[in-house]
Formats: sequence, C-alpha cells, structure tokens
Amino acid sequence: MTAYRLPPQNDPAERVENERVHITVDGEQLSGPAGSTIAGVLLENGRDSWRTTSRDRRPRGIFCGIGVCYDCILQVGDERDVRACQRRACEGDVVSLQNEGRPDAAGSPRPGSDSSAPASESIAGEAS
Amino acid sequence: MTVVVIGAGPAGLAAASAALRAGADVTLLDSSDQLGGQFWRHLPDSAHAAKQHVLHHKWGTFEALAREVTQHPSCSVVANAQVWLLEQRAAGAPRVHAHVGPVDSGGRETLTLDPHALVLATGAHDRTLPFPGWTLPGVYTAGAAQALAKSERIALGSRAVVAGAGPFLLPVAQSLALTGARVLGVYEATTTAALLRGWGAKPWQLTAAVGKMPELAGYVAGHVRHSIPYRTGRAVVEAHGTDRVEAVTIARVDETWAPIAGTETTIETDAVCVSHGFTPRLELAIAAGCTISADRFVEVDARQQTSIRGIYAAGELTGIAGADAALAEGALAGHFAANGPRSAHIGRAARARDRFIDFGTRLDAVHSPRRGWTQWLRNDTTICRCEEVTNGELTSIQSQTASCGLRSLKLSTRAGLGICQGRICGRNVEELLGEDFADGVTTDRRPIVSPVRIGDLADAAAAEPPTEDPHTAGDLHPRETLKGTS
Repeated sequence: MTAYRLPPQNDPAERVENERVHITVDGEQLSGPAGSTIAGVLLENGRDSWRTTSRDRRPRGIFCGIGVCYDCILQVGDERDVRACQRRACEGDVVSLQNEGRPDAAGSPRPGSDSSAPASESIAGEAS
Repeated sequence: MTVVVIGAGPAGLAAASAALRAGADVTLLDSSDQLGGQFWRHLPDSAHAAKQHVLHHKWGTFEALAREVTQHPSCSVVANAQVWLLEQRAAGAPRVHAHVGPVDSGGRETLTLDPHALVLATGAHDRTLPFPGWTLPGVYTAGAAQALAKSERIALGSRAVVAGAGPFLLPVAQSLALTGARVLGVYEATTTAALLRGWGAKPWQLTAAVGKMPELAGYVAGHVRHSIPYRTGRAVVEAHGTDRVEAVTIARVDETWAPIAGTETTIETDAVCVSHGFTPRLELAIAAGCTISADRFVEVDARQQTSIRGIYAAGELTGIAGADAALAEGALAGHFAANGPRSAHIGRAARARDRFIDFGTRLDAVHSPRRGWTQWLRNDTTICRCEEVTNGELTSIQSQTASCGLRSLKLSTRAGLGICQGRICGRNVEELLGEDFADGVTTDRRPIVSPVRIGDLADAAAAEPPTEDPHTAGDLHPRETLKGTS
C-alpha cells in the first residue's frame, strides 16, 4: 500500500466530496475530488511515480510537493513540463507521462561535455 | 502610494494588511490560486471542510487576514501570478514581471507593475540532504507530506518514517497521523546533548519559545496519542527498494551527524519524509540587488527594509523563525513600505519580531546540518536529482578540472543545471565542493525566477516598447493600470 486519500467520512476536517473531476492519464480514466491537483489524483489512484528520468531511466513522481523540485512534471494536453503538484485537475484533462531518454546512450557514464538537450522548450534561468 | 507584496503566506498577508491600514493601494501576488502560502496551505473550497481549522495553527488569523485583503477596496489580489523577473529601474522599486494563469501553461497573461514600494515575502522550501536511495519514489520532503496532508488529505504512505532535523518534523508527523497514516518514528539528527546544550542554555533569552510551549505540548500529546516514537541523534542513511521505497536504514549519528558504524537498523516503510531545515527563496531579493548576509538571508533594518530603498523583506527570507515571526515582520514591512507613521501597534509588532528572531537564531544553531552528513554518501549517491549527477562524478570532475569556481564546476559537472535550477541540490553541491568559490557566486542567483516558455519570451519581446518611455508603458501593459504608476 502506498499513498492514499483519507475518506471524507473519517476526516476530522469534516470535508464533503460531492463533486469529482475525471482525467485521462495515458489513456486510463482516473478521477479525484474536485480541486485535486493532478498529483493528488495520481497518488489517490495508486500511482506514486509517473516519469522516467532521461539519463538513468529511473522512475520519479512527486518529491517536494510545493513546486520547487520539478520532479513531478508531466504533459497536460499539448503542454509539457507541467508540475503535477501545482496544477489542479480540470474535467477532461488529457495527461501524458514524460518518459524520454536522451539521444545519447542512456545510463552511460557522463563525459564532461555531452549533447543532452533539456527535456523541454523551457528555459530555467541562466546557467551560472 | 502603491505597494506590491509578493507571496501570500503569513508574512505577505500581514504585510498587505498593514500596508492597507497605512493607506496604500496594494497588489498582492501569489503563484498559487489560494491565499495562505505553505503554512496555511489548505483544502479547496469545493471540499466544503467544516472544520479545516483542526489541520492548522492560527487558522482564525488566516481567515481574518484573507477576508481583509480580499474585501478591501484598495487591494487587488492576483492569484496564479508567477513573478518571473524583477527588473531594476533607475529610481524606485523594481518593475515586477509576472505571468498570470494556469501553472506552467504557455500564453499566460503578462502582468507588469511599477510600484512605489515592494515587499518580498517569498518564503522558503525544505532543504533535504541526499542519501543513497533518496530518489526512489516513496521518498519525499517532509514539506510534501505536510502540504499533501493539509491541502488534499493524502497520506503519502500507511507506514511512514519522518526524519531530518528541526521542530518542523513534529507537525509533519502529526499531520500524517491525522490523515490516517501510522508514523513509525520521528528521527531527529541533532543529538540529545546538543539539543539540551542549544535549547537549555540561557532560557531567559527564549521568551518567544514560551508562547510556543502550548504548540509543543500539543505535538507531544498527539505523538503520545498516536504512539509515535521520537528519537534524537538518528538519521536516515539509506532508502532501499527497486522501483519504490520498501525500507529505510536509520543509524545513530555523532554530534557532527556522521553515522556511527554498527548502529544501523532497517525499517520496512512505504513513505520516507525527510527535511533538514529550510532554504529561503532568495531569487527575487538577489535580482533586486538586496544585500544577502553571510548566513544567506536577506539583510533588513529595524523597519524590514532591505539594503535597497523601497524594497522590504519579511518572513523566512530574513531568517527561519516560524509563522509568528513572519506575521510580525510582515506587519512591519507592509506598514513601513506604505510610509505608515510610528504607533503603539507597530511598536508591539517590532518587539514580537525581536523575540522571535532570537528563537530563529537558536533554531538555526541547534538544528542546522553538521558537516558529518557527507559521510553517509556513497560514490554512486545521486546529488543533483534533475541531472542525475552522482557524488563520485562531482568530486572526480572537480579534481580533474582543478576548478575552484562554482560557475565552471556547474558547467563541467552539470549539477544544478536541470529544470529545478539547483533549488534542491544547490547548497548540498556547494558543501560537497567546498564553500569558498573563487567567483563568489552562489546557487541562489537565478535572474529568471521560474521557467519561462521561449514562445512567451518571444511574444513579450515583440510587444516591448521600442524605448523606455514611461508614458507609453500604461498603454502597452494594460494590467499595469491596476495599481502601477510611479
């Protein structure tokens, strides 16, 4: 057993979940309470990893949970590199997982200079 | 008088409230779609939680502040606003550039503000020291466990281990327990002797801690009720598993946090929640040119003003001292940013701030990471999670290049160059490589504060005015007319 969502009937915060959102994740239909993040929907449905790293092809999911680490990125619609812990699930979202190896040999020892490209069109600040 | 407040946690909300009371027009920006920051990260309205307050401290304070700022006619609250750049101007506070819209989406609305004064209340995030296996799914920061428990009612596992250093571990364990997880133990790396020496010495200087005693008593009672063991002088030194964590090794550590051989015990667990303190989110303060102290916080004067006139800082940016300190600092920062007069109310906030600063100083002295932690690393332990750079690669490239510049070491090792831009590994990399870098640059310097899509940058460039004529700026940035003429 991994992560799970506390059922509302057991919740000391006395929450009521009468609305659900439904999303598609790599073709599979998942749902969670309205207001969930995409990470929340995935965790509730038994998935604690949803990305494979580029170099070592290792599974990753959520790590920092507050939008700092970017470990939990995935694709929502045609937008890549969306932090699952920060984006609320919207009804009908089509989510794909980002599993991409690098064009050079994955898992090989890394030389000082290589041709690895960032996994996205994003830039993340200067390289210093 | 226009004041922009960045961050809507305790410090930012208190700052917005104080600036409004001093008569300013306030724009409060936060990257989330909810007010409250991480401290009051809470369930969405759609959860209709009748007793949300049981999950939070000072929930009534939050509700009052949130009501005040959202209902005040002189306050614009802009949610989902990711500030990505502060642009220094010849005079006045910097120009604030934000994207407003769904997280990480392209084509978000651009928002440009030119306030008279700026309050930075950007908070902090967990610092987690690396250990073998820490990249396995099922290993999380303690902050993640806390955030998911409070805002989604998700427990990250049913048999959880909480480890690291500092009093933050206590509410995390409590939140997990209140979310139905069994917490197998809380493991604090600081030894009992160091705890007693640090917290027991000169107790009369700890007046702020007296106010925290009921909170501490609440955690102790909660831990007893949920049978959560609390162990000091112990650290997680390895997580085990193939595709997710299955067990964790806890070892006793000495006063330097070096593991003591032969003391290892292995515990089966499905969630390991680790935090070794906090790293302030300094990017905007650095971009604005504010002086950063030797211990890596924003330097402020008695009015919470930074070294740059018109820029104030409050909360975790100026020292990690908890929500009470953040509230007091925020009240001062907002008040003085709005040119408020001296008053008895502000005098009280200043005294509260000073008490909690002492508490924060003590907290840092007692629980900040000791250098022995590097001894639980192996050569193949990942240090930079984004670029998957190992400890062995870091040290071997450093010795091969004989470089002593952090910038060149980042380029040759790739540590800190991934999408998180060293937010997670930065300080660990600095400690592993040695702290005195010839170029004097630290990993906190990130002029572009969050990832920006190249298409959005190109659009912004196309829309830029050909000259810096302030009279046309309002036309070209329609949202600017909200608050922003200076």
